[in-house]
Amino acid sequence: MKSQRIFAIGAIVVAIGGIAWIALGNLGENLVYYWTPAELHQNAAKAAGATVRLGGMVKTGSIVQGTPLTFEVTDGTDTVKVSTSEIPPAMFREGIGVVVEGTVAADGSFQSKRLMVKHDNEYRAPKDGKMPDEKAMFGTLDDAATTAATP
Amino acid sequence: MPRKTTIIGILGILLYIVGCYDGLLVAPADRFMGDIQRIMYVHVPCAWNTLVCFTISLVAALGWLLSGARARAEGRAWKWDELLEATTEIGVVLGAFLVVQGMLWAKPTWGVYWTWDPRLTTVAVMELMFVAVLALRGFVDEPVRRATWSAVVTLVAYVNVPLVYFSVKWWASLHQVQSSPSTVDPAMVLPLRINAFAVLFMSIGLMGLRTQLARRQRQALLGESDSDSTASSGGAA
Repeated sequence: MKSQRIFAIGAIVVAIGGIAWIALGNLGENLVYYWTPAELHQNAAKAAGATVRLGGMVKTGSIVQGTPLTFEVTDGTDTVKVSTSEIPPAMFREGIGVVVEGTVAADGSFQSKRLMVKHDNEYRAPKDGKMPDEKAMFGTLDDAATTAATP
Repeated sequence: MPRKTTIIGILGILLYIVGCYDGLLVAPADRFMGDIQRIMYVHVPCAWNTLVCFTISLVAALGWLLSGARARAEGRAWKWDELLEATTEIGVVLGAFLVVQGMLWAKPTWGVYWTWDPRLTTVAVMELMFVAVLALRGFVDEPVRRATWSAVVTLVAYVNVPLVYFSVKWWASLHQVQSSPSTVDPAMVLPLRINAFAVLFMSIGLMGLRTQLARRQRQALLGESDSDSTASSGGAA
């Protein structure tokens, strides 16, 4: 029974120590899922030739459809030009968060082999008029009929 | 007369039908994701209850390890071990559902089934460590030793639970941070809440049945080893 208490206390110490180490220590700095454009520029030497992930927002007005598809990823200050031959997910659009996986080309642009779309934690119904539903469509038909008749 | 937990479990199934009906047919589709977003009504309740189950496992582990000699001798401490076995198993099953639901949601929205982002990685590690607890239980036959060892490993495995929760807050990830009623349309909050309680109640129902099964298995094992020893001393000669 005594050895069991020691076991239990030891396990609790290990568990709490583990959480504290991860939460308070700088493990987070080594656990990087993606770099922002600014971080990519800072780590240009490390990024050269390696497969890295870049995360940020798709800059408004930067999407050029075609093969390859090109757009700019921004963090508000720095911007990186990204090109990909992949078909983007349906959620891809201007102003949405993306994480791209690939390499940095000699000219500083990002060659993406994998394009992932990041969505936020907001879930909303479509605003009125954004997505037509059947009743609304019939409603407009009625309106069209009456407005066509009156003038 | 069925057990109270079984009644709660059946109530959970009925609630789940109501919640899924509300989520699939009544609640509006998301403005960007459309109907795909409805996976949320099973995914998020599953996630919450996976963490709830593992938290009960932690309580059970502490209950066993901190129970006194008298509670052990009188057999009162066994309820903690039975509870640990039940909740860990249910948590692992919910965790497996969670990953599959998440992958099905991720492919059409993120564009990939899986990526090693902090949230997905911590969930995978958590799931595997609790699978390890169950595997350990499978390897150890002696009930007292099995209870102690699995309780200790559960304490260590539980470290993953806060990591899973905070992973999206602490580190840059592809997975979005937790939603709150202020970020979710009120019409979507209702089916989410209903299903959260539905999965909780179903889990409680299963916990009742699974603890009972664990008790019977242990009693049969102890009973068998007793009869085996008398049989071998008497009959083998």
